[in-house]
Amino acid sequence: MLLLAQAAAAADSLATHPLQGTVARWLWAVPMLPLLGFVLNGALSLFSAYHVGPADPSAAGHDHADHVAHVDHADHAAAGHDDDHHPVVRHRFAALSSIIGPGVLLLAFALVAAIWAAMRSAGGGAIEAPYVQRYFSWIAAGDLHIDAAFQLDQLSMLMMLVITGVGTLIHVFSVGYMRDDPGYPRYFAYLNLFVFFMLLLVLGASYPLLFIGWEGVGVCSYLLIGFWFSDKANADAGKKAFIANRVGDAGFLIAMFLLFSNLHTLSFTGVHAAAGGLGFDSALVTTICLFLFVGCAGKSAQIPLYVWLPDAMAGPTPVSALIHAATMVTAGVYLVARSSFLFSMAPVAQIVVVMIGALTAIFAASIGLKQWDIKKVLAYSTISQLGYMFVGVGSGAYVAGVFHLVTHAFFKALLFLGSGSVIFAMHAAYHHTGSHEDAQDMRNMGGLRRMLPVTWILMWIATLAISGVPPFAGFFSKDEILGSVFARAQHSTIADASLLGISGSAWLYAAYVLGVAAAFMTAVYMTRLMLYTFHGPNRTGEREREHLHEAPWIMTGPLVVLGLLSVVGGWLNLPSFASMLGSVGGLERWLDPVVGAATAQTVAGAAETSPGLEYGLVGFAVLIALAGILFAVARLKPERLPTKAQAGPERGFARVLEHKYYVDEIYDDAVVQPIVKTSRGLLWRGVDVGLIDGAMVRGSAWLTRFVGWIGSEFQSGQLGTYAWVLVAGVLVVLGAFTIR
Amino acid sequence: MLAEALFFSAVLFAIGVVGVLTRRNAIIVFMCVELMLNAVNLTFVAFAQAYGVAGQVFVFFVMTVAAAEAAVGLAIIIALFRHRQTIDLEHINILKG
Repeated sequence: MLLLAQAAAAADSLATHPLQGTVARWLWAVPMLPLLGFVLNGALSLFSAYHVGPADPSAAGHDHADHVAHVDHADHAAAGHDDDHHPVVRHRFAALSSIIGPGVLLLAFALVAAIWAAMRSAGGGAIEAPYVQRYFSWIAAGDLHIDAAFQLDQLSMLMMLVITGVGTLIHVFSVGYMRDDPGYPRYFAYLNLFVFFMLLLVLGASYPLLFIGWEGVGVCSYLLIGFWFSDKANADAGKKAFIANRVGDAGFLIAMFLLFSNLHTLSFTGVHAAAGGLGFDSALVTTICLFLFVGCAGKSAQIPLYVWLPDAMAGPTPVSALIHAATMVTAGVYLVARSSFLFSMAPVAQIVVVMIGALTAIFAASIGLKQWDIKKVLAYSTISQLGYMFVGVGSGAYVAGVFHLVTHAFFKALLFLGSGSVIFAMHAAYHHTGSHEDAQDMRNMGGLRRMLPVTWILMWIATLAISGVPPFAGFFSKDEILGSVFARAQHSTIADASLLGISGSAWLYAAYVLGVAAAFMTAVYMTRLMLYTFHGPNRTGEREREHLHEAPWIMTGPLVVLGLLSVVGGWLNLPSFASMLGSVGGLERWLDPVVGAATAQTVAGAAETSPGLEYGLVGFAVLIALAGILFAVARLKPERLPTKAQAGPERGFARVLEHKYYVDEIYDDAVVQPIVKTSRGLLWRGVDVGLIDGAMVRGSAWLTRFVGWIGSEFQSGQLGTYAWVLVAGVLVVLGAFTIR
Repeated sequence: MLAEALFFSAVLFAIGVVGVLTRRNAIIVFMCVELMLNAVNLTFVAFAQAYGVAGQVFVFFVMTVAAAEAAVGLAIIIALFRHRQTIDLEHINILKG
């Protein structure tokens, strides 16, 4: 660390950048803090969970109900019907982890905020060049020179604020949510490590360094999905996520190879400077962008690689909030925004990105309509919203896409943490009575607004935000994406390109229609979630009902902050028609040095959309959102919903939706089973047992023995034979000499 | 003179070789080996006549080694006979893998 500080200081003295000599020189410390947290928590997690002496005084009796829970738990264990997937044993160092885990994040956030302030006073969105801090030469092989260097610009600044800000809130929430888990320090170790890699991802000054972070967050995602690995389903979900991501990463790697073989550099500044040589709309730049997007589709759960994200809900709920909603899954959006100068040169690739995004948005939203697991609804909602972001960044509206990334981080983290609060309450209630009911199934909830009033109000805020109801955050960002797509369908480089013989303009209009339809569904499934969870009669069970209660303040506190952000997040980038609310387009000005030129290239000098059209589009979007909410309220009757145990099977298309279009089954038949069968029949029995074991291992042994047997046959012990051979040999030698 | 001597020693050597190859009695094989050694000695002597006394030195050397060899060889044959009641080489084949 000292080394990094010295290198940073050296780099600082060389560079002439507005940020030079400011607090930005501490940039290296931002990812190092969570790494330190990982090391400390990881060390604590090596100790066994169990108390050696009397119970830790800080761990016991912080809540009367909690105390009762422990007594009850002991009873159940004695009665032998406690098959909970994690026994309630508080780790003896839980108190220490509760300080280290969120503490390092809070420090990192404070540092990021200080750097942000320095950046603002140094010019903010007017700083043209990124601030690059070079530490040491990481890889030097022939032409390939990769420095370990961090790059601070407006985009990475924004991402850092989201990661450390939302990350801190989720860490604090986790203190309440995970406190009673025996793997508590391990949980924080993984979570800290995740934040470290995520910061590495957004700070890396070159594609390979970004890739290290990209892979690192994948590992942490795997570790946290399978956090309760003793249950095989959880471990399998982790593997599924890891493998689906590897498919995407292969695409990312190929894109990097292509970039290097053509541009001989991989740093962002280098690629940016040389990218012009690839040629606008050339086959090469299109290929590179498409391969980059394969990586994004894996990491950001787009068609056809989205299948891992719903399964990733097997992890603890705060993990779903941080990794699988707010930060990691948006890495693909970040990558496209980071490579905006490439994508704006490849309109055909942009059409693909937009269409995949739009199809994913509507596909996932329609599945979300019929899911019963509260987290599954949110998972499909996340996939759908990520689709929106790709519609944004794909159509060259990089600011809109990143804007939605930020607001989505606020309201989706809130939704996930809110659902975590609900699950926490449900779980505790079922724990009290020793019931085996599903604590995540909405059919077992209902009427929770009376027991969880704070969660109820905050989740309604998030629901309105995600549905696109003004003035909440999601309204502005979603509206900006849809508006940009509509405007670009009229005039842009994408509209002039064509794919499969259909003009880009038609593709973009189609994406707009899909986006609007998905917005309607979003409003419907979110209202459905709220109605079934918080309204109507309670279906939890007679005995459990009295045990349902709001989570402690350490959990509701972060929810309140996120609720506030979900309300005001839209102020980051107000559209011109909302000028009475504050300054217009703040985020657009802030990000202008990073994506401004690429956006201008795509827009190709088109005039602003007329105010009339803009008002029309906005009004339409709001109408759609309200229609979705009213439709759900009118059609869904939480009073008549059966509990999970009483529910019959769905019929017709609803059944298809409930089974997620049978995509998992199709993948299983089309991909997994053939691979398993080929592996068993050909690779295992044929290649491994037959060729490797049979022909090569046993075969070489047999050959050696055979040659040895031939040799041993000559040694008969008969002196006469030996003499004959000797004489024959002499004669041969003599003969050879004579003839020569 | 040299040619005749060489021819004679070649014949002696060939008789020795054939004896070693065809006979099964260890003592006869042993004698045939001695015959081969002496055929070589004769060659040395014949060449010494033409090129100087160095060859004669070799003859003494061979005779010394042959004497030692005869002593050891005969001792081995006697020991063999005591052990196995035969000196037929066909039956002495325990030196094999």
